[in-house]
Amino acid sequence: MSRRLHGLLAEFDTAEQLLAAAEKVRAAGYRQIDAHSPFPVHGLAEAVGFQRTILPALVLLGGLMGAAVGFGMQYYISVIDYPLNIGGRPLNSWPQFIPVTFELAVLFAAGTAVLGMLALNGLPKPYNPLFNVERFALASHDRFFLAIEATDPQFDPVKTRRLLESLQPHGVYEVED
Amino acid sequence: MTEPHHMPLIEPGHTHATVTDKIAAIVLERGVSKGWILGFFVAFSLFNVLALSVAYLVYKGLGIWGINNPVGWGFAIVNFVWWVGIGHAGTLISAILLLLRQEWRTSINRFAEAMTLFAVSCAGIFPLIHVGRPWVAYWLLPYPNTMSMWPQFRSPLLWDVFAVSTYATVSALFWYVGLIPDLATLRDRAKNRLVQIVYGVMALGWTGSAKHWFRYETAYLLLAGLATPLVISVHSVVSFDFAVSVIPGWHTTVFPPYFVAGAIFSGFAMVLTLTIPIRKIYGLEDFITMRHLDNMAKVMLATGLIVGYGYLMEAFMAWYSGSPYEQFMIWNRLTGPYAVPYAGLLLCNIVIPQVLWSGRVRRNIPLLFVISIIVNIGMWLERFIIVVTSLHRDYLPSSWGMYYPTIWDWATFAGSIGLFLTLLFLFIRVLPMISIFEMRLLVPANRKENAP
Repeated sequence: MSRRLHGLLAEFDTAEQLLAAAEKVRAAGYRQIDAHSPFPVHGLAEAVGFQRTILPALVLLGGLMGAAVGFGMQYYISVIDYPLNIGGRPLNSWPQFIPVTFELAVLFAAGTAVLGMLALNGLPKPYNPLFNVERFALASHDRFFLAIEATDPQFDPVKTRRLLESLQPHGVYEVED
Repeated sequence: MTEPHHMPLIEPGHTHATVTDKIAAIVLERGVSKGWILGFFVAFSLFNVLALSVAYLVYKGLGIWGINNPVGWGFAIVNFVWWVGIGHAGTLISAILLLLRQEWRTSINRFAEAMTLFAVSCAGIFPLIHVGRPWVAYWLLPYPNTMSMWPQFRSPLLWDVFAVSTYATVSALFWYVGLIPDLATLRDRAKNRLVQIVYGVMALGWTGSAKHWFRYETAYLLLAGLATPLVISVHSVVSFDFAVSVIPGWHTTVFPPYFVAGAIFSGFAMVLTLTIPIRKIYGLEDFITMRHLDNMAKVMLATGLIVGYGYLMEAFMAWYSGSPYEQFMIWNRLTGPYAVPYAGLLLCNIVIPQVLWSGRVRRNIPLLFVISIIVNIGMWLERFIIVVTSLHRDYLPSSWGMYYPTIWDWATFAGSIGLFLTLLFLFIRVLPMISIFEMRLLVPANRKENAP
C-alpha cells in the first residue's frame, strides 16, 4: 500500500493555544490549514482564514421559494383548477392562504439551512485522512488540533514540522492518505 | 441558602473531559440496567395497547369510541392538542431560549427536543385515525389525482396538516443537527466496531473543523430563528381549528395566545415530570441543577398565569358579548354535566400552581414533581372541557347530547403514552440525552466569570 503524506497535524491542550497557533501559522503564509476542536471556539474560523458563509443568503432564498411555492400552489388550486365557492368568499381569498404559505416558507428555509450547511461543509464525508491519526479521536473529546495540508504551496515536510513544533504542541503527527 | 440565580449551571470541578465522559458513558458503558428493561417493558406493553386499539378501530370503525352527534370531536382531538402542546416546550427551550442567550437551557435542550419529537409523533396519530378511514388519510395532501379533486385551503383543518407536518420535520432536523457533533464523540469513543460504524454513519464524518463549526453555528442559529415563529404558528393554527368555527366558546380571538401559553405550560410540566426522575436515576444532578428546576418552575408559573388570564377572558367575553349562547356556554361549563372536570382544571391549572411563588416549594423536588403531574392532568382536562362542553350543548336544545369516553378511548390515550415512553426509553439508551458539545462550553475553563 502506498502511503502518501496528506499533511501535518499538531495537537494542543487548550483552545487558547490552538487559536494562537492558528494565527501564527497563517501569519507564516500557510493557507491550506484547518483547526479542529471539540466545541466551537470563538475567532478560530477567522484565524484559519475563513471569513463568511453564504448560508444565510441561501436560507433566505429557500424561504422565499417556499413561500412562492406555497402561495402559488394554493392560488392555482383554489382559483384556477378547482374553484369552490366557500361562504361567498372571493376565489383568491389570500388571507386564508397565509398559514400554509408561512409553513412552507419555514419548511423550505429550514431544509435549506440543514442541507446547505452539510453541502458547504462537504458532509457527509465517510473517509477523512485525519481519522488515520489515532490521537485525532480526541478532537471530539478535549483536545485541539491544527492541520496543515501537503497541498499548501508553502508546505515542506521538514520546515513545516519545525514551525509546528515551535508552537509548543502536545505532539505533531503525520497524516497519511 | 444560596439564591437560585447564584446557583451554578454545572457543579464545580468539571472539565471538557469529565463532561464528555459522564454523558457518553450513559450510552456507551452503562449497559442495559434492570430498571431500564422493566421501564421499557411497561412502556412497550402500553404501546401494544395502542397498536391493538388502532387495529380494532380500523377493523370496526369509529363507533368503538364515545363520539356521536353532536360531540364529533372526542378524545382524539383532546389528545392531539394535549400532545402537540407538550411538544412545544421542547422547541421553546431549544430555540427561543437559545436566541435569548439563556445558557441554562443547555443541559435540558437535547432531552426537551427529543420530547418534542416523540410528543408530536403521538399527536400526529390522532387526527389520522380520527378521519375514520385512515388508509386514505393521504387525501389530506394536495396531489394530482384521478378524482380531479384538491383540498380546501380555506379550512384551518388543512392548515393543521401543513403546520404539524412542517413542525415535525423542522423539529427532527433541528434535533439531528444538534446531535451531529455528539454522534462524532460517540463514534470516536465507541470500542465496539459495529457501534463505531453506526455512530460514524450518523455523524456524517464530522471532524470539528473550525470552518465546519462556523457554518454549523450559523445554521443552528438560523434554525432557531425559524423554529421560534414556527412553534407559535403551529399552536395558533391548532387554536384556529376551534376559533375559526362559530361554536359558542370556540369563536374567540383570545384562543391563539392562550393556546400557545397553555402549550408551554403543559410542556414545561412534562419536562419536569421527566427530568426529575431521570437526573436522579442517571446521576445527572451535576448538570441538571436546582437552578434548572427552579427556572422551569418559574416558567410554569408565568405561563400558568397567562392561561388563567385566558380563562378569565373567556368568561368576560361571554358576558361582554351579550350573546345568550356564549353566556349559556360559560354557565353550562360551571354548573352543567361537566362541572366536575371544569372545577378540576381550575384547581390543577390555576389554584395549585400558585404555590410555585414560594422558593421553598420550587426547590422541593418531590413536591415539584407532584405539581408537574397535576399540571399535566389539568391541561389535559382543559382540552377536554374546550372540546366537549362547547359541542355537547350548542344552539338547539333538540341537538344536545352527552359524550362518555369508552374503554377504547381510554386505551388509545394510554397507548399513546406508551408510544411516547417507548421512544423515550430508546432515546435515553442510544443517544446522549444532554448536548455534550454545548456542555463543554459551560465548564469553568470556558467561563472566566466562574473561575475561582
